[in-house]
Amino acid sequence: MPLPLRFPALLALALIVLPVLGLFARIDPARLPALLTSPAALTALGLSVRTALAATLLALLLGGPLAVVLARSRFPGLRFVRGCVLLPLVLPPVVGGLALLYLLGRTGPLGGPLRDWFGLSLPYTTTAVVLAQTFVAMPFLVVSLEGALRAAGTDYERVSATLGAGPWLTFRRVTLPMLLPALGSGLVLTFARALGEFGATITFAGSLRGTTRTLPLAIYTEAQADVDAAVAMSLLLVAIALLVILVARPKAVEGRG
Amino acid sequence: MNRARRGGGSAAVLTVLLSLLTGCGAGGGDQRTLTVLAAASLTESFRDIGDEFSRNNPGVDVRFNFQGSSLLAEQIRQGSGGDVFASANEEMMTKVRRADALAGQPRTFATNRLTVVVPPGNPAGVESFADLADPDTSVVVCAPRVPCGSATERVESASGVELRPVSEENDVKDVLHKVVAGEADAGLVYVTDAESAGDEVEVVDFPAADEVANEYPIAELAASGHPELAERFVEFVRGERGREILDEYGFGAP
Repeated sequence: MPLPLRFPALLALALIVLPVLGLFARIDPARLPALLTSPAALTALGLSVRTALAATLLALLLGGPLAVVLARSRFPGLRFVRGCVLLPLVLPPVVGGLALLYLLGRTGPLGGPLRDWFGLSLPYTTTAVVLAQTFVAMPFLVVSLEGALRAAGTDYERVSATLGAGPWLTFRRVTLPMLLPALGSGLVLTFARALGEFGATITFAGSLRGTTRTLPLAIYTEAQADVDAAVAMSLLLVAIALLVILVARPKAVEGRG
Repeated sequence: MNRARRGGGSAAVLTVLLSLLTGCGAGGGDQRTLTVLAAASLTESFRDIGDEFSRNNPGVDVRFNFQGSSLLAEQIRQGSGGDVFASANEEMMTKVRRADALAGQPRTFATNRLTVVVPPGNPAGVESFADLADPDTSVVVCAPRVPCGSATERVESASGVELRPVSEENDVKDVLHKVVAGEADAGLVYVTDAESAGDEVEVVDFPAADEVANEYPIAELAASGHPELAERFVEFVRGERGREILDEYGFGAP
């Protein structure tokens, strides 16, 4: 390894790790247990885990098929569509929240009719939180799956077809098993991103305890008044994120899959 | 590309990055920058005040950081710097004073009170503060943790009307935005925010609001690099011209 790379590499690592350590330095050990188990923290944590799981499921049901279509079909404008899928990754989440609000809000082109015809109103609901999280996190799943599909190529699928299997059987018995490692890592990343979602949620879903105030929103609200409480909740979020990344992360991401 | 040149390249990149990070490298000349941390509700009025202050003090550039007072107070406590702090209530100023971060005494320069805003046309037919308790009316307020939220709580106890908001925002401007966007039937904001929104909202005034006016204190910060300039700014805000501008935006006199 060339020596000149080591110094910036070390700096890069420090830039990521040191701030998180700084968070630990700010803890008030005496108050920590009480803060971690406060009703506000537990309510927010429960809501966060539920909504992030729902968002991950939704991402799988919608984003999974999208990844297969993107990887296996050819049509004009495919590159553009693929680019669009990446948009939520590069847009500030607040932009995502505004976009959702102006589409699905009361006066939005989709939200208006939903409200007038079905009496459905999405903003300020837990469903809005799930939608915001899915918007922001789904690209992680689509990108993981699409990359794996393209890397795997179509050889096995073609062989399967020549042996007489129909497209659906081939998908279930050949394509899907090949995808499992990528699917695992994609789902984990999607869940972790959904768990950390803030900007789109606060813009589109608002912030109300028990309904829309997820852990990141609760941290922001607490930071306005009781920093110890905000730090304690931040630790909770860091711990879950680390757990998700370290323990549940499939081997594929580690380069051994 | 050989090894040595590659090393030089990464060193150059690093230098650029570090100078970007630390803000070094760009020369300032005679220009002095005064950083004013001010409550979000002061956004429009202080921009005007800043423009006029710069005109009266050539070479002085006033830079504002408008956010919720609570967040600003915490940032000051964490040593984020700045020259002047203008808070939307006394509690947050006290918080900063207790952290020994003030250079001068806090002085009240304005008062503000809450009002109800509704989208144009008042779709939910809100006529009074009590109407906000109707479960079919979606109301957005400030979170109790921020000054406009604690004022909201005081209005609730003064009027005996308990609100069931659909969302508690961290910033009065976020409340206003939800109403302007038509995403809430009503919101509780400062009179001054309602004023600045113009035709985008309608105002439903109510008597209980008068009882719980917020007092806005301003003070020089201990971290200031230009204490004399900071003091001049505070005096300008409290002076005749500052008073006129604050008046224009609906702030009450202290």
